[in-house]
Amino acid sequence: MIRVVLPEHLRTLARVEGEVTLEVEGRVTQRSVLDALEARYPMLAGTIRDHRTQERRPFLRFFACEEDLSHEPPDSPLPDAVATGAEPYLVIGAMAGG
Amino acid sequence: MSGVRVLVGTRKGAFVLISDAKRERWDVGGPHFGGWEMYHLKGSPADANRIYASQSTGWFGQLIQRSEDGGKTWEPVGNKFEYDGVPGTHQWYDGTPHPWAFARVWHLEPSLDDPDTVYAGVEDAALFRSTDGGQSWHELSGLRSHGSGPAWQPGAGGLCLHTILLDPKDRERMYIAISSAGAFRTDDAGNSWRPINKGLHSEGIPDPDAEVGHCVHHLAMHPSRPGVLFMQKHWDVMRSDDGGDSWREVSGNLPSDFGFAIDVHAHEPETLYVVPIKSDSEHYPPEGKLRVYRSRSGGNEWEALTKGLPQRDCYVNVLRDAMSVDALDPCGVYFGTTGGQVYASADSGDTWSPIVRDLPPVLSVEVQTLP
Repeated sequence: MIRVVLPEHLRTLARVEGEVTLEVEGRVTQRSVLDALEARYPMLAGTIRDHRTQERRPFLRFFACEEDLSHEPPDSPLPDAVATGAEPYLVIGAMAGG
Repeated sequence: MSGVRVLVGTRKGAFVLISDAKRERWDVGGPHFGGWEMYHLKGSPADANRIYASQSTGWFGQLIQRSEDGGKTWEPVGNKFEYDGVPGTHQWYDGTPHPWAFARVWHLEPSLDDPDTVYAGVEDAALFRSTDGGQSWHELSGLRSHGSGPAWQPGAGGLCLHTILLDPKDRERMYIAISSAGAFRTDDAGNSWRPINKGLHSEGIPDPDAEVGHCVHHLAMHPSRPGVLFMQKHWDVMRSDDGGDSWREVSGNLPSDFGFAIDVHAHEPETLYVVPIKSDSEHYPPEGKLRVYRSRSGGNEWEALTKGLPQRDCYVNVLRDAMSVDALDPCGVYFGTTGGQVYASADSGDTWSPIVRDLPPVLSVEVQTLP
């Protein structure tokens, strides 16, 4: 079971509270986690990754295990602690005023 | 009992203001989608409870929301806006080629007779249509590909398609406007388009009388006379009596012919409303006086409407989609400001009062007249 922490606005949009838990088939990568997230919550499609390019939106970052994974290849395995559910995978909105 | 519903889009959420036909006491609903930029909300003329809303932020991009109960509850629908084919380039501010890239939806225009059909005007400028209630979107790419697209340049707010007018007498005809490319018309339901900017004169572009390149801020039409168009251009208030084939200036005695919003009285096709704004950089009312100007002669002769509006120290702006009218008698006129006020007049503009004073900056105001 994979744990995913979403920013507040995306939790509101997906109508979830707290962490999201997902079952991911096969290798646990950023792509497979986000694919599973969007399959379960279709309203999140396009809000984290660009619809066409599947690239991370510029003002979002991906963290896990106190590491910034935003620039890691999307098909690289996520840390074991994420794959086992010991640690969450975090989608973070950039801190900004306005 | 009849009444009105005012749909307000702001920089930080949407609000729904409801009153009975007296338009004296208001119920303020919202914020909906707090923290999101709500560029535009509009109800279907065919089903008043069906409302579409454009929701976006820099963080999470574009969403489209749909309500089936007059704005009480909402459901996200499709947000996939992909240009048809290889989109190519338009011009950047400095005239260099710049790739076409979707940024946001500025305006949603529901069909006049089908609640499931809705048009979206987007930045970078293009027109999309959904025929399934907003679930899927397809570009009407004849607009961008008619020839002048690669020469379009953005205005300060972006290369935005911000105005969509549907002709109620000819369902094949519609008008759109783009800052800063100009106005365009289709006579075949969006398959092919042509620029309709003859008569516009804009200093600041290489050819002031060019076919495209004019910063048209907004268009307005009375549904009983769809061939007559009114335009607030960057500078100049303009009028066309031939469906946009030619334009003439009707700024007349306005204290400034710069502005964004323009609208037409619900029952008097020759009665117009504009809000003059000082110059193209200050973006606030001349002399610090918030004045709506009304013409009862289709332009040229204008009177200031000031009763109930601040006449000193007022430095707000009224954006292009932030004015609307209801269809009651007498006609109600509404506008929102970047200072967060939404003003209403229940007597065709003679007197005004604020419905709300302290919203986030208002981006759009649309009014539904309820049966």
